[in-house]
Amino acid sequence: MSKLSLHTFSRLAVDLMRWRLVVALTGAFAASTIAHAENLGDAENGKRLYQECRSCHAIGRNAKNKVGPHLNNLFGRKAASVEGFRYSKSLERQAAGGLEWHIDTLHAFIENPTQVASGTRMRYRGMKDPQDRADLMAYLRQFSDSPANISEADPTADAEDHDLSPEILALTGDPEYGEYLSGECTTCHQAGGEDRGIPSIVQWPEDVFVIAMHAYKNKTRAHPVMQMVAGRLSDEEIAALAAYFAGQELE
Amino acid sequence: MKLDRRAFMGTSAAVAAALAAPMVRAAGHGKPRVVVVGGGAGGATAARYIAKDSKGAVDVTLIEPTRTYYTCFFSNLYLGGFKEIEDIGHSYGTLAASGVNVVHDWAVGVDRGAKTVSLAGGATLGYDKLILSPGIDFVDGAVQGWDLSAQNAMPHAYKAGSQTELLKAQLMAMPEGGTFAMVAPPNPYRCPPGPYERISMIAHFLKANNPTAKIIVADPKPKFSKMALFQEGWADHYDGMIDWIGEEFGGGDVSVDPGAMTVTISGEETKVDVCNVIPAMKAGRIADIAGVTDGKWAPVNAADMSTKADPDVYVLGDASQQGDMPKSGFSANSQAKVCANAVRGALTGSKVFPARFSNTCWSLIDTNDGVKVGATYEATPEKIAKVDGFISKTGESSDVRKATYEESEGWYAGITEDMFG
Repeated sequence: MSKLSLHTFSRLAVDLMRWRLVVALTGAFAASTIAHAENLGDAENGKRLYQECRSCHAIGRNAKNKVGPHLNNLFGRKAASVEGFRYSKSLERQAAGGLEWHIDTLHAFIENPTQVASGTRMRYRGMKDPQDRADLMAYLRQFSDSPANISEADPTADAEDHDLSPEILALTGDPEYGEYLSGECTTCHQAGGEDRGIPSIVQWPEDVFVIAMHAYKNKTRAHPVMQMVAGRLSDEEIAALAAYFAGQELE
Repeated sequence: MKLDRRAFMGTSAAVAAALAAPMVRAAGHGKPRVVVVGGGAGGATAARYIAKDSKGAVDVTLIEPTRTYYTCFFSNLYLGGFKEIEDIGHSYGTLAASGVNVVHDWAVGVDRGAKTVSLAGGATLGYDKLILSPGIDFVDGAVQGWDLSAQNAMPHAYKAGSQTELLKAQLMAMPEGGTFAMVAPPNPYRCPPGPYERISMIAHFLKANNPTAKIIVADPKPKFSKMALFQEGWADHYDGMIDWIGEEFGGGDVSVDPGAMTVTISGEETKVDVCNVIPAMKAGRIADIAGVTDGKWAPVNAADMSTKADPDVYVLGDASQQGDMPKSGFSANSQAKVCANAVRGALTGSKVFPARFSNTCWSLIDTNDGVKVGATYEATPEKIAKVDGFISKTGESSDVRKATYEESEGWYAGITEDMFG
């Protein structure tokens, strides 16, 4: 049975919104052993909803950690416990306080990650509809409760909302050139993958990196420094940076 | 006297890495040798990148007298009470562990014919490529009445460390309702927004601890970096506390008396309690000794930061005269990576990519009120030329300003990791 520490409770209980979460979590925890089976939703719809997650989280056969940890065997897993993934201190504190991933805790986390771990590196606005969350978890559950299924499941499918031409996405970047160009990035984005005021870009999936940089370049993403930096990068240079950062090993 | 280079190896790990690395032959001796003078944003970055990227194929020695490097950037935040002095101090141990031979000594001579650098401790080091990143020194006689012997009475605090701590101590000891004076430097100088961020941070400190105190700034310039942003911030946060006397009101006509603690601006003498004199600047002395300066600064080629005087001697950062980039830690770090790529290419045959530079300077005006200015640059045959730029806007929302400050904290973590590993 998972539980949050007293310390966590006192921190969470600072305002009404957070009170509601505490009440919800407490109630859910009490019922969690019987709730698991009944609370699962429509896995097909969940698979569709998972497109929101897939740019950062891999799941299925050969899934590896990307920007976020892989999600195989998520259910029943202790929080912040995937080997080789560098978690926020905030989530590690929650894990030390006993946080485990079950339907109830996942409901709260996916609804708004910062409610559960205020300093989490998971930059996700949250999924507000409880039915959507249940559907998503039904999908995720396929990769947890029956390991035999995992080998049959496809790795994360490809589909994204963007206007980028397939030619640009298909460019193969030169990682050596990317490494040189990355000097312009690592003055601000920490090479070690820490996130302190400026997000980590280490091990970003190449396509996500390319889409983001082109969005800065055409100024659909707002940030003056990034618009300026991306503004003078050619398509090949963006591909080179994407190749370099995607393949970068954490020290 | 010639010293065995192995005696300089920082750690046994560095020895092991160096011995295990493949040998690349340079003219006349074994491994190609790079000597870097000055372990700041330019020198530390260049040394680390060459050592890291050549994977031991180049012997890199960094000469830096201090054992702890205090960053000038964020030192104003220490004055304002936002950082502790330890927060801006960095050890060279990580560089030694990554294969850079760190020598704590002063470089006192350069023989460009023999390609050697001599150290105050008596040693002589040979080089194939010499990178000078000595930062700034002050122009003698720049402020009437002030010289380095007066730096305890009237600190410059423009090389971070003990001077910064001294200025903070004087600030804390100011009598109630006292007067703080700054003599601002003429262009060009290290960190264009630096004096004005400092004024903001001192005002922040005084507002909380000594709210009837006054600040006077004597400035030889008619305008300064991010002027509209600072003046807006000063009016919003520190109304009536700061008296900025620019060129048109005689701010350039200034003399000081460190014994009597007076400042005379355009003939009018004022008794002050603390006086921060930031004199006119020039390249750190070793650039002059090496004979690569022309006037106060060392002219360099934009493509690789090599000096106009000698293709095997490079100058980075504040000491260089390169064109459009401001003298900043960010600029020095950016130039160092271009230089490292070119030097490694020349010594090992690795691929050399075209130069590209960038800079951003963040300044803090008050709690969670950060602003920034930045630009990208390219190498032309004449100089480092600006490509594109941006600056924070007056009247921005507090959310934007807070995010800008948080971004500067991220940048600090990023650049110090980039410098020291």
